Amino acid sequence: MNREILIIGGGPAGLECANSLISLGYKVFIVEKSAEPGGHLRKWDRLFPYGASASETLEKLLQQSNKALFFYETEVKSIKKSDGVFIATLSDETQLHVGSIVVATGFSLFPAAKKEEYGYGIYNGVITNADLEDAFKTGKKEFFKANRVGFVHCVGSRDEKVCNRHCSKVCCVTAVKQACEFKDLNPEAEVYCFYMDLRMFGRGYEDLYLKAQNKYGIRFIRGRVSEVAEDVDGCLVLKAEDTLTSRPLKVTLDLLVLMSGISKNPDNDEIALMLGIDTDEDGFLSLCEPNLNNNKTQVEGVFLTGSVTGPKTLPETLNEARAAALAVHKYLSR
Amino acid sequence: MKEFGYSLSPSSRVDLDKVDKSKQNRLFALEPGFKKCMSCGSCSATCSAGNYTDVSLRRAISYIQNGQDQLAVNMLRNCMLCGKCLIICPRGINTRNLIRNILNVYGEKQI
Repeated sequence: MNREILIIGGGPAGLECANSLISLGYKVFIVEKSAEPGGHLRKWDRLFPYGASASETLEKLLQQSNKALFFYETEVKSIKKSDGVFIATLSDETQLHVGSIVVATGFSLFPAAKKEEYGYGIYNGVITNADLEDAFKTGKKEFFKANRVGFVHCVGSRDEKVCNRHCSKVCCVTAVKQACEFKDLNPEAEVYCFYMDLRMFGRGYEDLYLKAQNKYGIRFIRGRVSEVAEDVDGCLVLKAEDTLTSRPLKVTLDLLVLMSGISKNPDNDEIALMLGIDTDEDGFLSLCEPNLNNNKTQVEGVFLTGSVTGPKTLPETLNEARAAALAVHKYLSR
Repeated sequence: MKEFGYSLSPSSRVDLDKVDKSKQNRLFALEPGFKKCMSCGSCSATCSAGNYTDVSLRRAISYIQNGQDQLAVNMLRNCMLCGKCLIICPRGINTRNLIRNILNVYGEKQI
């Protein structure tokens, strides 16, 4: 029996799946497109809802998975299956013979410049959730001088015009988390969150929302921002509707944070074609029994895990990664 | 001056730049629960007066936040202070105290 497994993607899903497979005695290869493991987690500062350090979390995931063999800056070029063994050819021409493949290629962050009406890349005061997280991480102080700050939820989510009809699920609570963190760094700031619905579905999320209102005095305005312009002083003038009073609304801000949503990984179609599996209408990879099994595909021996099948929180991703490892184990012990 | 029969309608747009923050802070100090409102509408749904007159605490809170104080005050004058909204509020806001203090801070007459 071939006890070697290929994991495509070295983000949290791939790393945690490797951890579990290594404990089960398998040999794991991780193929990672970028130069370092950790995916989006590496770029984040703190995690919702309790404010855990992202780098410490990643460090813990890496402790065990260092027993896996990593291929950095490498992609899978082709996969063939013969006699139950997958033969994967990598971009550096390495050939791997594995018993099973786990796809953990994750998501990509919505490019906020596509929503031109919000002015990302046009006005200096418009940044994204990822930019703010980077500022938290690196202590870039200039952002925190802003005294009037807005957060725009659902940027590139629930938006058919940018081909993302789905809800990105994690941005609501990320916005609330970042708004609170901003207030910690600049308690004088007026902070507004513009939302359509607040989806506080997880444990501790509603508490964070209540804290944002009660302790930090963050104002939540129900209405999607229609446009942003710069005034003569270089401040941002934002327009929205306060849908709770049915009035158009205007506010002048120093800093605007766009909550870029979770988009499908642009490589999904290629990966699906290579493995003989499908993508759904939303561009994420298909599961054959989505209610029963979050890992199983129509190809035996090929499993999916993490946000390659849709937006997920980190704990959900890690649970799925452990489930995928067990699915691989069951498949190879059949 | 010659009249041409044209006039300008006043803007009904909310301008958050013009909200009186000092009055708001006074209200927050008198009833900190104000900030906890999540606009669920339970208070307005249960309101006895709301069936007959234009009163909605949920909307009044939004009006105060938007700096449209007079709209809030005019609306809450119809409140009979029965306190049903206090019982129903899922966030446990002392709505009766809130209504009294909105009228005290923003209205001309003290109650």
